[in-house]
Formats: sequence, structure tokens, C-alpha cells
Amino acid sequence: MTGLAQVSSTVLMAFVQIAVVAVGGPLLLGVMRKVRSRLEGRVGAPIHQPLLDLRKLLTKQRMRPREASWIFGAGPVILVATAVAVAAISPLATTRPPLGQSSDFFAIVLVLLLGAVFLALSALDTGTPFAGMGSSRAMTIGALAEPALLVAILAMSIPTRTSNLPALVRIGLAHPSVIASPARILALGSFLVVILAESGRLPVDNPNTHLELTMIHEAMVLEYSGPDLGLIILGESMRLVLLLGLLVNLFLPWGVANRPGALMFVIGLGALALKVVVTGVAIAVFEVFTAKMRLFRLPELLAGGFILAVLGAVTAMAAR
Amino acid sequence: MTLRSVLRAIAHPQLATEDPGATPGAHPVLAGPLHGSLQLRHVDAGSCNGCELEVTSAFGPVYDAERFGVRLVASPRHADALLVTGPVTKNMVGPLERTFAAMPEPRIVIALGDCARDCGVFRGGYGVEGAVGDVLPVDVHISGCPPHPEAIIEALRGLTDR
Amino acid sequence: MSNASLIVTATAGLAAAIAGGALPVRRRVGAAVLLTWGSCASAIAGAVQVLHSGHALVLQSSAILPLTGVNLALNPLGAVFVIATAVVALASTLYWLGYASHGLSTRTASTALPLFVTSMLLVPAAASVATFLVLWELMALSSLVLVLTDQSRREAARSAATWYALMTHAGAAAILLALVLLSAHAGGQTFADIQAHAHHMSGALRATVFILALLGFGSKAGAVPLHVWLPKAHAEAPGPVSALMSGAMVNLGIYGIVLVGNVLLGGGPVWWWLCVSTLGVVSALFGALYAATSTDLKRLLAYSTADNMGLVLIALGASGMFAATGHQVTAAIAMVATLLLMVNHSAFKGTLFLAAGSVLVATGTRDLDRLGGLMRRMTFTGAAFLVGALSVMALPPFNGFVGEWLLFQSLLHGLPTANTAVVIAVSVGVAALALTGGLTVAAFVKAMGIGFLGRPRSDEAAAAHEVPITMRLGAGVLATLCVMLGLVPMLVIPALERAAQSAGLVGAPSSLHGWVDLHLAGLHGVLAPVLLAGGLTVAAVVVSLVRRMAHRRSSTWPALHAAEPWGSGRVLQTARMQYTATSFAEPLQRVFDDVIRPDHDLDVSHAAESRYYIERIAYRTTNEDVIERGVYRPMINAVRWWGERVRSLQNGSVHRYLAYGLVALVVILVVVA
Repeated sequence: MTGLAQVSSTVLMAFVQIAVVAVGGPLLLGVMRKVRSRLEGRVGAPIHQPLLDLRKLLTKQRMRPREASWIFGAGPVILVATAVAVAAISPLATTRPPLGQSSDFFAIVLVLLLGAVFLALSALDTGTPFAGMGSSRAMTIGALAEPALLVAILAMSIPTRTSNLPALVRIGLAHPSVIASPARILALGSFLVVILAESGRLPVDNPNTHLELTMIHEAMVLEYSGPDLGLIILGESMRLVLLLGLLVNLFLPWGVANRPGALMFVIGLGALALKVVVTGVAIAVFEVFTAKMRLFRLPELLAGGFILAVLGAVTAMAAR
Repeated sequence: MTLRSVLRAIAHPQLATEDPGATPGAHPVLAGPLHGSLQLRHVDAGSCNGCELEVTSAFGPVYDAERFGVRLVASPRHADALLVTGPVTKNMVGPLERTFAAMPEPRIVIALGDCARDCGVFRGGYGVEGAVGDVLPVDVHISGCPPHPEAIIEALRGLTDR
Repeated sequence: MSNASLIVTATAGLAAAIAGGALPVRRRVGAAVLLTWGSCASAIAGAVQVLHSGHALVLQSSAILPLTGVNLALNPLGAVFVIATAVVALASTLYWLGYASHGLSTRTASTALPLFVTSMLLVPAAASVATFLVLWELMALSSLVLVLTDQSRREAARSAATWYALMTHAGAAAILLALVLLSAHAGGQTFADIQAHAHHMSGALRATVFILALLGFGSKAGAVPLHVWLPKAHAEAPGPVSALMSGAMVNLGIYGIVLVGNVLLGGGPVWWWLCVSTLGVVSALFGALYAATSTDLKRLLAYSTADNMGLVLIALGASGMFAATGHQVTAAIAMVATLLLMVNHSAFKGTLFLAAGSVLVATGTRDLDRLGGLMRRMTFTGAAFLVGALSVMALPPFNGFVGEWLLFQSLLHGLPTANTAVVIAVSVGVAALALTGGLTVAAFVKAMGIGFLGRPRSDEAAAAHEVPITMRLGAGVLATLCVMLGLVPMLVIPALERAAQSAGLVGAPSSLHGWVDLHLAGLHGVLAPVLLAGGLTVAAVVVSLVRRMAHRRSSTWPALHAAEPWGSGRVLQTARMQYTATSFAEPLQRVFDDVIRPDHDLDVSHAAESRYYIERIAYRTTNEDVIERGVYRPMINAVRWWGERVRSLQNGSVHRYLAYGLVALVVILVVVA
């Protein structure tokens, strides 16, 4: 391929991945709500309802608290921008994503953390007590979930001698024994705990609660309205899709495009959609039958995830 | 609750929802900006909680308001419509006005129940300031003491045109 | 090669000190600052020359110090430390110009600050034991004077200075002992002599020297449990002095360990470096935890310094362990990671301390519980603090991220090794890295969010206004450096590799592809910070534009910029109802209750008329450093007790003293015979 054709195809791939994640996020949210409704014995809203909500939110008035600084407006933008950047360079549909060389697992986790940090800062910028509470709880949970995540990355990187994400997926495709190894499975357990914590699902946080004192993520966004609120909902759903996408591609990589070509890319997208929807449905079913944990029991859960990750790392080292 | 009952619940969910019937027709002015998505913020300005029970029933499995694009939210900043129940008592005038002021435009006020419309059985009480219409500009009235869930659903469907 | 730069550095620094002491009050700070800039500039010039050519700059003179003479030799390793110190000093002295009117324009301060800077610039160039110790002591004394200068009437400052004086001299005693042992064995006191004779030393002697040096230099670097002076001194010192102490002085502790461990002793067995890494892990976790639960802004930053130095020690220990087990490539990369983490820390910690100094000047308080709303009132300082905070949290695209990535890569690739101790140490290192990362994020979201955002929690914060231009520029220069080092770390990495080489670690150099990629040759690791930053910026701009355009097209309602914050319908909503730093950190504090053991004090006073009515409730919680309370205070009490007992020997009776003399004489005669 000539230089220009290569660059344009890379840019197109990035756009398509971003678009799929951006549209797929709200759709996944709709699917999860639908599953929950069905299990509660009612019909529930249609799957595309979050997209209708987002469209309406664009038309509403933007409101900013009297004494907030520029960070209040920047928070939602950076949340979505980090999700967009990660969507562009992650191996979601193909093992050769744009800028795949620098698609490092460690870097991606920290880029997502940048978005979360700005959301917490903009919550503190509102000057309301509930937002501060949400920010404080979210940072505590993040402080305890991050060690589990980083050690899980270590556990997955040791057998493959690299922390480059596309390489991890490629090696998983080429050698399925790596995926079935005890180290990976322990890391999977840890990763699941971290995903529940980072995306604010039960048993860590109830996304449907109306009681402010039980909120964690929701409390941080009580002050946003209109397009800002829309960006936050979009950003949070994109993060969920990205985390689930990384989860499925690391532990069930079959279907990911391993060779260049448009057809393989489309098949990869389809496989990604299918796997993410199935995982989302599983999480939604789990949520229906789980109660929210007490806030001060959460460190035990997160410590459990950390222990799983450490065991995974130790197993990986012993197996070398 | 055994694993078998859980699996059975997943495989064959029993739906209790009633048939909705035909669309009642969109509200001429208010439904347009909503594009089929309505978020409600409920405020109890002094009701006896009878209306709240009916609202809970309207969002429950039998009547299921959520399938028409309606959802209850926690913050007025997230809401399109303010759902007020009960007459407005003297202590609730300030909070009710603040809640309305915190909502972004375009905003709707729905007065639910006879008490919200004209104080109902509490008219003239020493703690009652007035009906909702005396404090806020009301766009939709739903009458009944308490209103039937079908009436609530019909009003909401008129707003989302579903 | 011309060693003029060393001479100019020393003389300009001395001239600055004299100018500061001799000139009248309106001229002295300006003159001292200008001459100090000259000293820093020539130091940078000399260091760059050394790094470019790879040869050391040597200066010898027997005239200045009697008996031993002065020996200076600047090699690439020292050059890196000199540049880091000089840059932080340039920014801090610029800041001093604006800060001087707040008590830092006395003759003492104006003499001590240039001396402090000059001694820090010359310590990495010292090439003999005497020169090193003289410069080290000069650095310690001048910084001690500076800690006291501003607020000598405050009890906290006096106590901080006492702790600092005692601990820095205890550390100096350990360093003195180590260096004296080395030179006694070598028969000469220049570092060249010591290096030549080092491998003839017995294993036990080498180990003793290393442990002494580790304790002495580790204390200066803020390694837990020898760190108790650090939160006190760095918090009580005036703004530019704290920035210099945290941004430049603690680095010299690391320099000392590398000097003794790698250069003078030529490397050692695995267990030495295991000790270094263990010290690092404990420091990192302890520092991060206390930073996360501290409500005093400068104390938070000081504990964060201990945390970051812990990470540097982990990297240094890893480098030594890899070298001792024969993995030269990973050892070199780990050493580059050590130096990069250190350089990054100087940049962002300098920014943070200078911004905190500005906050203290503008509001008069360091207590986070009384700050807030400063971003709207001090926009530039707030932005500088934000850049520093994002860097210390290791978030892309700032410099802290590159350093931590490099550390993670070196630990990851050092794992396939047969040595079990190394394996366990590396895994514990990664876990510590992760946990401190999370706690640091909590700490700095608190510092930034509660300190600068929201509504002002006190009248002083509400009355704050932006500081003079020189103070803003001082913080801004270092903040810009944070951004630059984050986007183009390739500016400094070749220099750091040369420094690692001169410390005895020779590995494959990292290959660079223009200014875009950072490849680690010999390992599978690539990072393109500029592309990542560019992607993020483009995404942010696009999202912002899309939001604006879509909203403008579809909404008929203009944005409302001064809405009343939603307070659940409350009629009264004050700034005091916001979260404070104490409440923000409370969940974390509860999780780590057994480690921190805070003191809770609940004081309930009842109304005079009846016990059933409560008039006032006061709740106080203090987070005293648990090591200070559990280790140092008992030690101090034990020394005091012993002193009381021994005093009875000295009761004033001449007869008893004569008897002591007689007994001693008899004993000596018996022993000698």
C-alpha cells in the first residue's frame, strides 16, 4: 500500500472503531436495561431508548453553577475524549489497530484514568456536598481497584513478555494454551472485579438508585444538564464497552481480524459486538440477583480482586 | 432461591405487563421537543402518599411506564418534567420553587391528582399554601383521587408520543 | 577540557551570597538572584558539555581547604543531577524575586539561599571525601537557616528545624563513617583512589559501608522510616526553599547511594539492592498513604516527595539486582528509569511547591479545609498546580507517566530470572507501584479539588487574588517543563543513558525514531507520547466543537452560566456544606485505620441549665506520623531518661571528681600493664 492509502485506511479504521463504540455504548446500556426489565417481569424500554435520550439532551439548556471554574465544562469533554482516544487505538476489531505500536496496556489504563480524574475534579468544582461525596467514594474505590488492575496486567504480560495490547491479543489467538493457563484465568477474575468497580455496576454501585447517600458515580453528575449530561452518559457507556471489549478480546479472542482487509475488519466488528453484548447481558443478569455491598465492605471485595491478581502473577512467574 | 429457579427465571421470564392499547395522541405543544424521551423528577409537596402509590404502580411490571420512554431521575437538572403530588404546604413552597428553578429549559410541570389541581380534601387547611397552580405554571393536570395508573400512563404517553 | 564552568559556578554562587549579605535591602535579593542565575547557567553549560563529550570536568586546588585541598570532577552521572538542580534553582530564584517581600529578604536569607543553591550544584561534582563532606554540610546548614528564617517566632517552625538539624546530622555522621572507612582502606581520600582499592575490601566491610551510606543518604532522600524530618521541614520552609529542598536536595540522597553503591564500590550482591528496594517499597506506600490522608497542603506535598523517592529507590534497587544477576540490559534500563523518575519529580514537585507557596501568600493558610474556589481567583497558579498534579498522578500526556511506564517495563522484563529473591522483589515492587499510584491519585484529586475548586471555604480564600508575575512565571516554567518532558522525553533520555553508563551500567542504548517513538532496544516496549497527546488533544477539541455546534443548532435556549447549585431543595446552602479534605479522605483513612491510628477527640459541652441540652460539640482528629509517634518519641524519651540518670554522676563535689580521676588512672595502669 502506498503511504497515502495506508494513512487514509488507518484513519478510516480509527473512525469506524470510534463510531462503533460511540453508538454501541448507549445500545449496550439499552440492552442491559432491557434484560433487567424482562427479568423483573415487565417489557421495559426499547433498546435504542438511550440514543433517544441523548438526542433530546442535546436540545436542553446548559447550566453551570455560579462559582464553578472552567474545569466544570472540561470534565465531560475529557471523559469522552479519553474514551475516543482509547477506542481508536485498542485492538477491538483487529489485531492491527491504528498506532498499534504504542497501544500499551499500561498506557490505556492510565488514559482512561485521566478521564475519571477529570470527572472527579469537575464534581468537586460544583461546590455541592453530594458531588464531593461521590468524588471521595469514587477515588477511594479507584485507589483500591488500580493495584488489582495493574498486577493483573503484569500477570497477563509475563508469559508474553510484552504489555503491548495488540501483541497480547495476537499471542492469545496463536497460542490458545496461553489463554487457558491458570495465570490468565486468575487475572480474568481480578479483571472482572475491577470492571464492576470502574464502571459503577452492582455490587459496587447501583446505577439506578435515587437515594443520594447510596450513590457513587451518579452523585458526581447530579449537577450536569443538557449536552454536558449527554456527553457524560456517552462517555460512561463508551468506557463500559471499551473495558468489556478488552476483556473479551484478551480472554476470548476468536473472531478478531488477524489479517488486513476490509472484510476481516467487518467480521471482527461483528464478533466484538456479539461478545460484548453477551458479556453485558451476563453482567445485567448478575446485577438482578445481587444486592449492593456496603461501602465499607468494598475494600474486602477489591482486596479479593488484588489477591487473585497477585496469585495470577505468581503463577505466571512460576510457569516460566 | 435456588440456582434452578434463577435459571428458570432467565430462560422463561414471566411478563406481567398489560396491553397498552392505541397511542393516545401527542400533546400538541409539549411532545415535540421531547423526541420520545421523558425524564421525570417527582416532588411530594404535601400529599397523603396515595398518588405516590399509584405512580409506583404505574412504573411497576403491570403498567410499565418505562416502555414508553419515561424514566424517573434523581436530580432536577436531569429532568424534563416535574411531577408534583399533593397540595403545596407552606414548608414546601421554597423547595418546590427551587426544584423548578434548577430544571433546564424546556421544562414541564405535571400536577398529579386532585390535591395538586385544587387542594382536594385539604382545601383551607392551616398548613396548606395552595394548589400547585398557585406556585408554579402547570402544563398538564392528571385528575383523580388518586388517579388511576392508566390515566397516568395516558398522560405520559401523550408527552412522549409512544 | 576547560573547567571554567566549575570555577564560574563556585565564584558566582559565592558572589551571590556576599551580595545578599552586604547590599541594602532593596538591591540584595535582585543581585543575589542575578548572580545565582549566572552560577546555575554556567553549571548547566558545564554539565551539558560533560554529557555531550562523555569526559569529566576536573578541578583541583590545594589552596582553598587546608590539609586536604578541593577536588572536583564532574562526570556524566553528576551532570544529570547538576542540571536538575540548576533548573529547579532557576525557577525557584525567579519565584524568590516576587516572594521576597514575605519575609525572605533579610540578610541571613539572602546569604543562605545562594549558598544553598551553590552547594547543591557542586555536591555532584565533588571528587574527594573532604570536598564532599564540606559541601554536604554547607548544604545542610544553609537549608537549616532557611527553614528558620521566615517564621522564627513560630513554634512549629522551631520544632521542624530542630528535627531537621538532628536528623540531617545523624545522617551526615553515618555518611562520614562510611566515607572514612572507604578512604582509610584506600589510603587516600580522593574518589579515584577509593575506586581503585574498593575490590580489595572484605565483604563485611563493603556491606557495612553500603548500609551506612544507605541509611545516611536514604534519610536525606526521605526514605521511611528515616523520613520524619521531611514533612516538618518541607512544610514549614518558605515557598522557594521547599521547592529547592523537594526538587533538588532529596535527589542528592539518591546521588549518594548511586555514588557509593555503583561508582565507589563497583556494585554489590543482590541482598544490598534488596534492602534498597524494600526501603523504597515501604517509603512509597507510607508516603502515599499519608499524603492521601493529610489536610495540610504542604505536608501532603512533602509526604508525596517521600512516596516518589520510594519509587526511585525501587527502580534503583531493581537496577542493582538485575546487574548483580547478570542482566545488564534491563539493569541499564532500570537505572535510566531511576534517573528519569528523579528528573520528573524535580520538575513536578517544584511546580507544586511553588504553586502551594503562592496559595499560602494569597490566602495566608495551608489548611485545605479552609481553601477552595482558588481556580477562579488565581487562574494561572491553579493551572500550574493542575499540571503538576496530573504529572504526579502519572497521567498521560505529562512527564510522570513516561517515568512510571519505563519503570513498569524494566520490572516486567526483568522478571524472567532464576533468582527467587529478585522475582519476589520485582512483583512486590509492581504491586507497590500500583497501590501508591492509586493513593496518589486520591491525594492529588483532593489537593486540587478541595484546594482550588468549588466555593471558598473561608473568608481568606474568598479574598485571594493572583500573585505577582515573577511568582507565576517561576511555577509556570517548571509546569511547562513537565509538559515538554511528557511529550518529548527523548530530550533527556540519551543524557540519562550516558549517566547510567558512567555509573557502571552498560546496556544497549534505546533507539530513537525521530522525536516520536521511544523504543527500548533489547526489549519489546514502545511508547509514542507525542502521538498519544496529539490524539487526546484532537479528540478533546473535536468533542468540544461537536457539543457546541450540535447544541447551537438544536437548542433554542441559551446556556445559563450562573445557576444556583442544586442542593436538594435546601433553602440555605453555604460553602461550609461542601466536602472538606478531612471528609474526602475519611473512607481511605477508615480502610487504613490500623496503619495510621489517628487520634480522635470528641468534646461535648453541656448547657449550664441542664445536662440534657448540649451547647457545643467539638471534634478533632489528628494524623500524627505513626513512625514518629511509635519509634522516635520513645527513643527520645529513652535518651532523656538515661540523661536524667547519668546526671546524678555530676553532683558538683570536687572530691567525687578527684575520685573518678583516681579510679580511671588505676584502671588504665592495670590495663596497660
